[in-house]
Amino acid sequence: MTPTLAGVLQALALVAALALSYRPLGDYLAHLLSSPKHLRIERVGYRLMGVHPDHDQPWLGYLRSVLAFSAVSVLFLYAFQRLQSHLWLSLGFPAVPAPTAFNTATSFVTNTNWQSYSGETTMGHLVQMAGLAVQNFVSAAVGVAVAATLIRGFARSRTDRVGNFWVDLTRITLRVLLPVSVVFAIVFVASGMVENLHAAQQITGLAGQTQSIPGGPVASQEVIKELGTNGGGFYNANSAHPFENPTAFTNWLEIYLLLVISFALPRTFGRMVGDNRQGYAIVTVMALYWVVSAILMTIAEWRHEGSALQAAGAAMEGKEVRFGIAGSTLFAASTTLTSTGAVNSMHDSYTALGGGLTMFDIMLGEIAPGGTGSGLYGMLVLAVITVFVGGLMVGRTPEYLGKKLGGREMKFASLYILTTPAIVLIGTGTAMTFKAEWSAALNGGPHGFSEVLYAFASAANNNGSAFAGLTATSTWWNTALGLVMLFGRLLPMVFVLALAGSLAGQQPVPATAGTLPTHRPLFVGMLAGVVLIVVGLTYFPALALGPLAEGLK
Amino acid sequence: MANPLATLAKLHLTGLRVLLVFTVLCGIAYPLVIVGLSQALLPGQANGSLVRQNGQAVGSGLIGQNFTLPASGPSAAPQPDPKWFQPRPSAAGSSGYDASASGGSNLGPNDPGLLKSVQQRRSAVAAFDGVDPAQVPPDAVTASGSGLDPAISPTYAYQQVDRVAKARGLDPQRVHQLVADHVEGRVLGFLGQQRVDVVTLNLALARLG
Repeated sequence: MTPTLAGVLQALALVAALALSYRPLGDYLAHLLSSPKHLRIERVGYRLMGVHPDHDQPWLGYLRSVLAFSAVSVLFLYAFQRLQSHLWLSLGFPAVPAPTAFNTATSFVTNTNWQSYSGETTMGHLVQMAGLAVQNFVSAAVGVAVAATLIRGFARSRTDRVGNFWVDLTRITLRVLLPVSVVFAIVFVASGMVENLHAAQQITGLAGQTQSIPGGPVASQEVIKELGTNGGGFYNANSAHPFENPTAFTNWLEIYLLLVISFALPRTFGRMVGDNRQGYAIVTVMALYWVVSAILMTIAEWRHEGSALQAAGAAMEGKEVRFGIAGSTLFAASTTLTSTGAVNSMHDSYTALGGGLTMFDIMLGEIAPGGTGSGLYGMLVLAVITVFVGGLMVGRTPEYLGKKLGGREMKFASLYILTTPAIVLIGTGTAMTFKAEWSAALNGGPHGFSEVLYAFASAANNNGSAFAGLTATSTWWNTALGLVMLFGRLLPMVFVLALAGSLAGQQPVPATAGTLPTHRPLFVGMLAGVVLIVVGLTYFPALALGPLAEGLK
Repeated sequence: MANPLATLAKLHLTGLRVLLVFTVLCGIAYPLVIVGLSQALLPGQANGSLVRQNGQAVGSGLIGQNFTLPASGPSAAPQPDPKWFQPRPSAAGSSGYDASASGGSNLGPNDPGLLKSVQQRRSAVAAFDGVDPAQVPPDAVTASGSGLDPAISPTYAYQQVDRVAKARGLDPQRVHQLVADHVEGRVLGFLGQQRVDVVTLNLALARLG
């Protein structure tokens, strides 16, 4: 079998698996986000938490709960890392330094999982499993919860209530993330991932060299790292590490897990607004970008442009033999188009155009299919923009699913799409004005600029992958990126919740002959075009200075 | 409405209680259950897939290791040992394959330093294995992403057969057969690539004599 055919089969198998999950998982999510019934164990939980599960919140109350939960989570995780040397299973590691602890706390709470530390020499097992991995669950659930409010904004009318945050959070974690994690954790262990509470074991190798083989509850953390589109590796090398990704099968399964929820959520949307065709339209645009990106990236890596890669004969620098080119690029495209940011190969060593594509994927704003929840709400905001543009063309007030998109709605949508690029470009510009900060880049010339741009794009879009040559461990970098992650996560959520509240309060207007149908190929094409124009115009100058300059040299 | 400060404090207290519930559930109970199940049902894998020689653990079947000669001096660079199949170059730690410092080189595709390393490795590997430099496969001159890649391409493994056989005084035919027995195909026929796991191969080689 040729590598091309194998690569195509691998992608087709993935598409088939995702297509099979689309309806059951999407319908299940729609059910649990709409059902008034609570499980008995959930009722016990609500009593322990002190929340009233039957009181829906207005958007501002929902937002306050999201912000309060995030604030408490950051403080808790920060304190946990600072105190780790006094806790069990610290493996003798000292307290995490303050700037790193701040950066890591914001990173995991915002579903970014940018890592300015090296897992095997910084974090004890207890911080990993009871600190970081807990955020892997709940930060993913927060994303889905916020997406649920936007769906309800379309589905409900003449109400100021958009849902109950604590109930959404609990149900998504308890009924989806946890059960799926249990099943696949066992599959992962059976495939070779480690799952223990040991410190590193010292062994003497065959040729007499000593080696320290690390331990840890890796498999249990690995599942939720992918399923929740988190991406924070247990070890420094992330999913390139043989203990985090031992075989080509686990590699495929990890890609599936990091895509599955985000690709099923459009079904949830279609279901809850009472028209499955709306879901198909959204998922088509997501799939379009994902497929094209994966194909282009694979071609770029197969062509291995670049003096060093040409000399080597293939783009194998930073890639593992067991995955090969196609297994690496499929992972890279999927991890950057969702907000996962796990890596099974080093993006910094990709060809200029392949690496540029990983960056472009992130800059799309994590919408194809995006992070759990954040992908759907990001795409829906762009759909709102698209409907608005369509309305401008024919000169009438646009409406989407019966909801009028007036000045108030468009202000929130515009603020949403302006926030992240502003953070990325201001951050990159600031870093480039300080020689001490941009000299943290490992590579020189345009590739060094790419490392800085990638860092800010990754942090602001809550991706978390890196052109890892950048040594972002100084106090300046830890603080700057920590703040960027917080703003990049929470500000868009504010605008999404405000939009949801505004939509939910409306009385739906009946569709007329002048209404733009939002389930037809025409709309799919328009939405895909709007995504490209918004992102392209925003980032083209920055991309021209980095990957394009390098690739066209 | 009550004192806004008190409302705010109450809200954060709720947040903390929710977080603690999930910490116990997802952060303690869940991993401990998985550790327990794994240790009971799959202890080999759960503890690192260790491979043993004479009952002694000599490595993990999943993690590559160095096969170098003892350093001739404190500052001398370690030299590859001709008696063993050699893994890929590694950027993990100062001398490679340091499993407590996993990672790649992160050098860009046009990096002059990387270009120079690739060229040097190509001539060094060709001279070491006694082959034409043009034949040396890409995996022999590039570092992996983890720095712990246990595998090499079948091409690179076969290229090393004559050198290993000569150094050990073995019949090249036997060593060739050993490599052939250790070539692993794609998973399910289409996932990943063909490869040879170096640690497993060298362990079998040691048993051969």
